[in-house]
Amino acid sequence: MAALSIGQRRHMSPLQRRNAMYGYIAILPWFLGFLIFTAGPMIYSGYLTFTDWELLTPPEWIGLENYRDLLDDPAVRTALQNTFIYTIFSVPLQLLVAFGVALLLNLNIRGKNIYRALAFLPSQMPAVATAMLWFFIFSPTQGLANAAIGVFGIPPQTWLWDIGLVKPALIAIAIWAFGGAMIIFLAGLQDIPQSLYEAAEIDGAGTMSKMWNITIPLLTPTIFFNLVIGLIAAIQVFTPVYLMTGGGPGNSSTMMGLLIYQEGFEEYNMGYASLLAWVLFMIVIVLTIIQFTIARKWVYYEGDRP
Amino acid sequence: MTAEATRSIDKSIAAPGRESDQLIEEDVPRSKRATGMAQTAVVQGILLIVAAISLLPLVYMISTSLKERGTEFAYPIEWIPTPIMWSNYQTAFEVVPTWTFFSNTLVITVTTLIGGLLSASLAAYGFARVKFPGRDFLFILMLSGLMLPYMVTMIPQFVLFRELGWINTPLPLIVPSFFGGAPFYIFLLRQFFRGIPTDLEDAATLDGAGFFRIWWTVAMPLAKPALATVAILSILFHWNDFLGPLIYLQTQENWTLALGIRLFRDQYQVNFNYTMAYAVAMTLPVFIVFFTFQKYFVRGIAISGMGGR
Repeated sequence: MAALSIGQRRHMSPLQRRNAMYGYIAILPWFLGFLIFTAGPMIYSGYLTFTDWELLTPPEWIGLENYRDLLDDPAVRTALQNTFIYTIFSVPLQLLVAFGVALLLNLNIRGKNIYRALAFLPSQMPAVATAMLWFFIFSPTQGLANAAIGVFGIPPQTWLWDIGLVKPALIAIAIWAFGGAMIIFLAGLQDIPQSLYEAAEIDGAGTMSKMWNITIPLLTPTIFFNLVIGLIAAIQVFTPVYLMTGGGPGNSSTMMGLLIYQEGFEEYNMGYASLLAWVLFMIVIVLTIIQFTIARKWVYYEGDRP
Repeated sequence: MTAEATRSIDKSIAAPGRESDQLIEEDVPRSKRATGMAQTAVVQGILLIVAAISLLPLVYMISTSLKERGTEFAYPIEWIPTPIMWSNYQTAFEVVPTWTFFSNTLVITVTTLIGGLLSASLAAYGFARVKFPGRDFLFILMLSGLMLPYMVTMIPQFVLFRELGWINTPLPLIVPSFFGGAPFYIFLLRQFFRGIPTDLEDAATLDGAGFFRIWWTVAMPLAKPALATVAILSILFHWNDFLGPLIYLQTQENWTLALGIRLFRDQYQVNFNYTMAYAVAMTLPVFIVFFTFQKYFVRGIAISGMGGR
């Protein structure tokens, strides 16, 4: 498209040219911001990955040393593993709960507006408030979590101080905040034309059959959108980890987001931290490309087919 | 990113947006078939459990915020504390400089709101209404910013603002918002502008109004619903933001409310009643915004799908 527009420039009338100028002026603030706050920093950050820099002296060019360090840095391996486990569990489980509840709320049932508001609220709490609340709930003494499992006769746990339980605890908090994804599913569900269900009913389709043949296929774009956004967010998880566990116990909850922050702003290894940020970015890009590639096989867009 | 890829995000983002206003209205009947009593009971049962799990931690938070010092862990859990300590809120606001945090947060929230609304709507209007060479390429470039993790630009941005001498001021958090706000705001507003019939703008052109005048006096008033959605997203983002202030605001007198919660974690964590009071006080405005502007709020969430980072 871009090439085509440029080709047309010769044929623009003076009025069109004047209008085009207004267009450029209108997007200028954004474009400057893009250059100054996004593109420029990214290029600079790429350069920094080849340097050793502790902020006080000028960056020192060290070639590929950061890259060599990266390959046998056990902290990075642990952080990548933790981030992977957190993402691979929190995103699908959150979406599954969100999808299930959205399906139920889409039925014509009493009190659904209240249910919807209640299910939605947790996802809208400030992240720091959520973190402190769950920090308290997961108290190793008599918090709500231990009271809840006590009902089933399970002895008290130390939760965030337990190597085996700290990641499940963080994942549980992410699932608890499923409301945002649920709202997106509900919006998608309401976009499905009622006539499709009516036609299916005439053909004798049951509840399950309508779900598999109408609801889920037509909702695949929404599922896909939630998946892409959810993965990008989960991979960068920072606030709950920083406030609740600080990466501990040991390194059992250190995620990439926390490691980048620690390397950059606690250790002041700006070069190495930049490299870690690029690793994270590459993972996001690869995952997104994979998702878009696979999406062709399972995401159904109305109007895409002849 | 390929154009095709961007188009499919475009579609999936746009799709939920169209109908999402209906969410807060009483819904049209979904299924004409009367659901069996047993089935209804099961659905109600599941939803009750979901509602309880959603709500219980929030009730626990409020209940704890009203407990006497030292009784937060009393077992069995006292859901309605005796006595009810309303004074905890006053104490929580006094043990940390809450009013300083609040006014700092307010300054950032308001200035970023103004900057974001102005620059994003102008760019969106340009993308929506003007044909200029390279527009589609630039638009895709802008959209690709949606996928960019903040973590990647965080370090070089810090270096940039350090060179400018802006560390420990709110400027690094405020100034970027005057340069387009966020890609998502531009995208949302552009979609909205494209949906407005051009009649009024054409009439204004015939009357001799220029581009910027039409943007400001004709298009902007028509875009109020979309601007409201962007406003809510922007306010909530800056009210809740933790990582940005954590990096840039170093001394306490410059901290925001979200950053201030660290003091409770580090110094007052034995007093969970005050911590919870502070958390409730921080959450309350968000919920008030939610219940007041549900329609715009829900649309914002439905289109953005972002609940903070």
